[in-house]
Amino acid sequence: MLYDFAIIGAGVTGTAIARELSKYKVSAIVIEKLSDIACETSKANSGIIHAGYDAPENSLKAKMNVRSNPLYDEVCKELYIPFKRLGSFVVALAGQGTAYIEELYQNGIERGIPVEIIKDLAQIKKMEPNISNEVEAVLHAPTAGVISPFMLAIALAENANINGVDFVFNAPVQAIENMGRFFIIDTHGKSFQAKAIINAAGLYADDISKMAGDESFTITPRKGEYVLLDKLSDFVRKVLFPVPTKKSKGILVSPTVDGNVFLGPNARDQDSKIDNSTTLNGLDEVIDGGRKLIPGIPLVDSITNFAGLRAVSSINDFIIGESKVTPKLFQAAGIQSPGLSSCLGIAEEIIDAIKASGIELKLKDHFNPTREKPIVFAELPWSERDALVQWNKQFGHIICRCETVTEGEIVQAIRRPVGARTVDGVKFRTRVGMGRCQGGFCTPRVIKILARELGVEEEEIVKREPSTKYFFGETKEFRHPRTARGHNGEVLQP
Amino acid sequence: MKQTETDVAIIGGGPAGLAAAVEADKAGCKVMIIERDDGLGGILQQCIHPGFGLHEFKEELAGPEYAQRYIDMLEKAKIEVMLGTMVLDITPKKEIFAINEQGVVKVQAKAIVLAMGCRERTRGAIKIPGYRPTGVYTAGTAQRFVNIEGFMPGTRYVILGSGDIGMIMARRLTWEGAKVEAVVEIMPYPSGLVRNKVQCLDDYGIPLYLSHTVVRVHGKDRVTGITIARVDENWKMVPGTEMFFNCDTLLLSVGLIPENEVSKKAGIKLAKTNGPEVNQFLQTNVDGIFASGNVLQVHDLVDNVAMEAKRAGIMAAMYATGVRLPSINATDAVPLVAGNGIGYVLPNKINTNVDQALASMIGPVKVSLRVKKPVDEMYVKIKNGTNEIYKKYSKHLRPSEMAILELAKDALKGIDKTQPIEVYLEPKPAKDVTTEAKHE
Repeated sequence: MLYDFAIIGAGVTGTAIARELSKYKVSAIVIEKLSDIACETSKANSGIIHAGYDAPENSLKAKMNVRSNPLYDEVCKELYIPFKRLGSFVVALAGQGTAYIEELYQNGIERGIPVEIIKDLAQIKKMEPNISNEVEAVLHAPTAGVISPFMLAIALAENANINGVDFVFNAPVQAIENMGRFFIIDTHGKSFQAKAIINAAGLYADDISKMAGDESFTITPRKGEYVLLDKLSDFVRKVLFPVPTKKSKGILVSPTVDGNVFLGPNARDQDSKIDNSTTLNGLDEVIDGGRKLIPGIPLVDSITNFAGLRAVSSINDFIIGESKVTPKLFQAAGIQSPGLSSCLGIAEEIIDAIKASGIELKLKDHFNPTREKPIVFAELPWSERDALVQWNKQFGHIICRCETVTEGEIVQAIRRPVGARTVDGVKFRTRVGMGRCQGGFCTPRVIKILARELGVEEEEIVKREPSTKYFFGETKEFRHPRTARGHNGEVLQP
Repeated sequence: MKQTETDVAIIGGGPAGLAAAVEADKAGCKVMIIERDDGLGGILQQCIHPGFGLHEFKEELAGPEYAQRYIDMLEKAKIEVMLGTMVLDITPKKEIFAINEQGVVKVQAKAIVLAMGCRERTRGAIKIPGYRPTGVYTAGTAQRFVNIEGFMPGTRYVILGSGDIGMIMARRLTWEGAKVEAVVEIMPYPSGLVRNKVQCLDDYGIPLYLSHTVVRVHGKDRVTGITIARVDENWKMVPGTEMFFNCDTLLLSVGLIPENEVSKKAGIKLAKTNGPEVNQFLQTNVDGIFASGNVLQVHDLVDNVAMEAKRAGIMAAMYATGVRLPSINATDAVPLVAGNGIGYVLPNKINTNVDQALASMIGPVKVSLRVKKPVDEMYVKIKNGTNEIYKKYSKHLRPSEMAILELAKDALKGIDKTQPIEVYLEPKPAKDVTTEAKHE
C-alpha cells in the first residue's frame, strides 16, 4: 500500500503528529524501531509540562512550549490522560542571588505566562513545607504541570489508530529510497511506501534524515539520570527547579502525576545512542542536587533509578518543517526538553508545514476526538468497584498489589487499539509493576495473562524487545511430569 | 457489597496468619482468615526446601508440608477462609474492606491480627547502577519461577546478598543445572543463617565474596555480566577491586521489608523497622489491632513466626471476648530501646502496671532482638535507668538470628516510668567462669 505519510518514530512527537494527521483525509503509518509506543526518550524524562518562560527568546523551543502549554487540558480531558497543573518553583537559594529568577520573570511577562516572584519565606514554606531553609526567593509559575509521558503517547497513538493510522513495531528503518513521487522505507524484512515522510525519530532523527538525503544536522545524546521514590503524599507539592546550569534546567525534585517523587535529571553529553545505563557517580550527583532543594528527602523510599537520553540537535533548538534538501521530508527533530511540553504544538506546526509544501489536507467529516475511557480500579469508589466486579469478575482479581491493578485492567490494556504485547507494554498502560516492589510479585502473573490473551507460550513473552525474554526453558520435566506413582506403583492422581 | 462479621479477622494466610487463627479459634472465637492468594501458606508454598518446623514439630519439614500441618488444623476447626481476597482498607473501627471475584466485601471485626508478611527489597532501594535489562530478579521472584511456574530464569547467576532466600536459591539453581558464579555480600559476614551458608554455598563450592557489592549491571536487553567490587567499612567502593562475571541473571537477596501499607490506612503507627509499634501484648496503637510475623519484624525461622503469631491470636481472642488489654498509649507504657550493639528490639513499649491476673495468664514478657554485628562472649543486659533488671550470657550472637529473651514479671516491679528500658550488650569480663557455667 502506498501511504500518504509515513511517520518514523512512535514517541510523544510521532504520536502527537499521528493524531493531528488523523483529523485529515489521509492515510498514514507510524513506523517504530522498538516494541511499543514511547520506548525511548519519551518514557524516561521528567514528565513535566513546562510553563514556557525558560527556553531562549526567539527559539522554536520557546515558541512551541508557549503554544502547547494551554493545549494539554483539552487533549488530556478528551483522551483520559492523567495531568495535573501543580505549578512550579524556580528556587533561588542563599548566595545564588535573585538575578536569574528575575530574568525568567521578565521572560514570563513578555510571553504572557502567569509568573510571580515570592520572597516571603513564610509563604514559600506554607506552599512547600519541606523546601530547604536556605531558600531566598522563588519564581512561581502556576501553569506548569506534571503528566505521564508514556500515557500521553499511548493515548495519542490509540486515538490516531481509532481514526485510521496504522502502527508497526520492531521495525527499525534500514534505508530510505527516494523514488521522486514517493519514498520506499526499508525496515528489517519489510518495506513501506509513502508519498511523504515525517521524521520524528528522536535520537536517530539525524540518521533517518541522512537516509533521506538531508545531512544538515546531527543529534547528540545527552543522558539524564533519575531516582524515583515511592508515593510520598504531600512531601513535595510542586515541580521544584534549582537555578539552572548552561546545559540543563538542573536537578529537580517533583511529584509525578501518580504521586511518586523523583529527583533528576543530571545532564551528560555522550556519543552512544544506546547507553542509557545509570552510573554510581551520576546517581550521587542527582541525589546531592535533589537534597539542595529538599534536604530531608527520604532516600530509603527510593524504588528505582533510570536514565533517559535527550536528543540534542546540532543547532541546539528544535528542527521543525520541510527539509530544504529533500522535498516531502518533514523534520520534527532535536526534540529535547521542553519536547514533552511542546509536542502538541509541534504536531500543529508540522500540519502547517505540510500545507505550506503544497500538499492538500482536507479535514475528515467524522474525526473521533476521544477514546474509550480506561478503567482504573484504584481510582474508583467502593460502590463502583463492586458494580465493576459484578460486570466482570476479572476486576476483582488484584494482580499488582502495590498499585492495586486488577486482571481486568491488564486484559483491557492488551485488547485496546495498539494494545500491549509485552510486560513493559502492560506496565506503561496500567502501572502494573511500577510500585514499591517493582514487579517482584506481579511479573510472573502478568506473563501468564499475556500468554493466555495472546495465545502463546509463557516462554515467548518478553519484557520489551524480542531479545528480552524471561526464561531459559523449563526446569526438569516440571511442566510435563511422567505419571506420578506411589510406593506400591499405583498411579497418583494430581 | 457483601457484609459480614467476625470476632477475629486475620489479614494474611501465611505462617503467621495460620498460627494466629488456630489459637484464636481454640480460645473460642469466630475467626476468619482473609488471604489474597488462591491458596494458604504464603511464601511457604514456594519454599520447597527442608528446614522448617524443627523447633515446633521436632521434625524437618519442607515449607508446603509445614503449612499443611496448619491447614489441616484449620480445616478440622472449620475456620472460615476467604481466598483470592485482597484487603485494601482497614479503619480504626476495625472495618475491613476487601475485594475478590465476587465483589467488594466488608468485614466488621471485633479484633484484627495483621499478618501480611513482608516483601523483598528491590534493586532501586539499594542503588545498583547500570542498565535495566531482563534478568534482574529478587530471589523470591526467581524462586517462584523455578519452584511454582517451572521455568528457569537464567543459566549463569550472580546473587547479591547472602540472605537466606539468596543462599537457598544458589543451591536450588545449582541442582537445576545452572551455574552460580558468586554470592556477593556487602557486609563482612553472611547475612543469612550459618546453616544455610554451609549447606547451600560451601557444600557446592559456590564462592561467597564478603565486603563486596555489585557496582554495575551490564547488558541493555538481557544481563550480559555483572561487575562487583570490594567496599570499605563505609560501604564505599574501593577503586581497582572490580571483578567482572560473565552471567545472564542477577538475583537480589538484599533484605525484607514488613508490608504495612494497609496498616497505615488504619492509623497504625510504624516503628523505624517499618513494622507497627506494639506493646508486650502485640497490640498496636489502635486498640484491638494486633501484629505478628514478618509484618511486625522480619524473622529468622518460621517456628518463631508461629510462636509470636500464636500469642497475637490469643491476645486478639481475649480482646474480642471483652478483656481489656493495656494500651501502648497508656502512661504506664515505658519505651524499650536498643542500646549498645543492638539493631532493634521489640516490643516497642512495655506496660508496667499490668493487672496481676492478666500478667500471670500471659506469662513472662517476650523480648525479641537482633544484634548489629556478630559478637561472641557477650551479656545481653536490660536496665531501667541505672537499675539492671535482666542479664543473660550468650556465647554467640549473630544478626541473622533473632534472640528471644523472657522477662519475668517480677523484673518489672518498681520500674521508673520516666526512664526507658534499655537492652544492650556488654562484653563478658575475662575469666568470669562461674556465670558462664550457670547460664550454659
